[in-house]
Amino acid sequence: MTILYFAWLKEKIGKDEEQVDPPAEITNIGELVEWLAQRGPGYADAFADREIVRAAIDQEFAETDAPIAGATEIAFFPPVTGG
Amino acid sequence: MIRVQTEDFDVSKEIKALTQGKTHIGGVATFVGLVRDMAGGRSIDTMTLDHYPGMTEKMLAKIEAEAVERWNLDASLIIHRYGPLSPGDQIVLTITASAHREAAFEANEFLMDWLKTKAPFWKREGGKDGDRWVEAKASDNDAAARWSR
Repeated sequence: MTILYFAWLKEKIGKDEEQVDPPAEITNIGELVEWLAQRGPGYADAFADREIVRAAIDQEFAETDAPIAGATEIAFFPPVTGG
Repeated sequence: MIRVQTEDFDVSKEIKALTQGKTHIGGVATFVGLVRDMAGGRSIDTMTLDHYPGMTEKMLAKIEAEAVERWNLDASLIIHRYGPLSPGDQIVLTITASAHREAAFEANEFLMDWLKTKAPFWKREGGKDGDRWVEAKASDNDAAARWSR
């Protein structure tokens, strides 16, 4: 699946997009965050505050317990600040 | 109609284009958001807007459709810019048109309140002390929550 990062998550991780293949036991957004946070110091920093990071599955907002099976694009970003 | 673009927009041209030939429209409300030169006591030189191409358009279309349905609007438009901007620049435009003004005013407030909490844009402000990402405000969430049903 494709993972996208926006705003300061993109800066902390050092990339805006990557392909990942998480193991089968990673089934929802919360577990995916835990798994990604292990990938390096930049990731750990980006996901340090689990409460603040928002997620979208295939361009729809998704909560921590949302299942990721079948998802093609998952995005992580801070709370939005447009307008 | 929704548009996500880097270019500036001309409000009067947009109103004309949107209402052309729709003579049952009795009122048009517009809101224009501008880049401020101050934020939390800090002087701002630049503002850059990041967004999520694809999801942005989807969310704006959803928000607009909700407004059209709830207030039975005759015409509406959301334009949101992204990329590098400067103080005084226009960022966002919402136009709502209806037979009567109440619906136009209310729907316009709704569009802006929802857009601020649901459209995937992120502002980065640059000043003499460097750049920083703008943090979301709790008051924006409160403003959006009043339209919940």
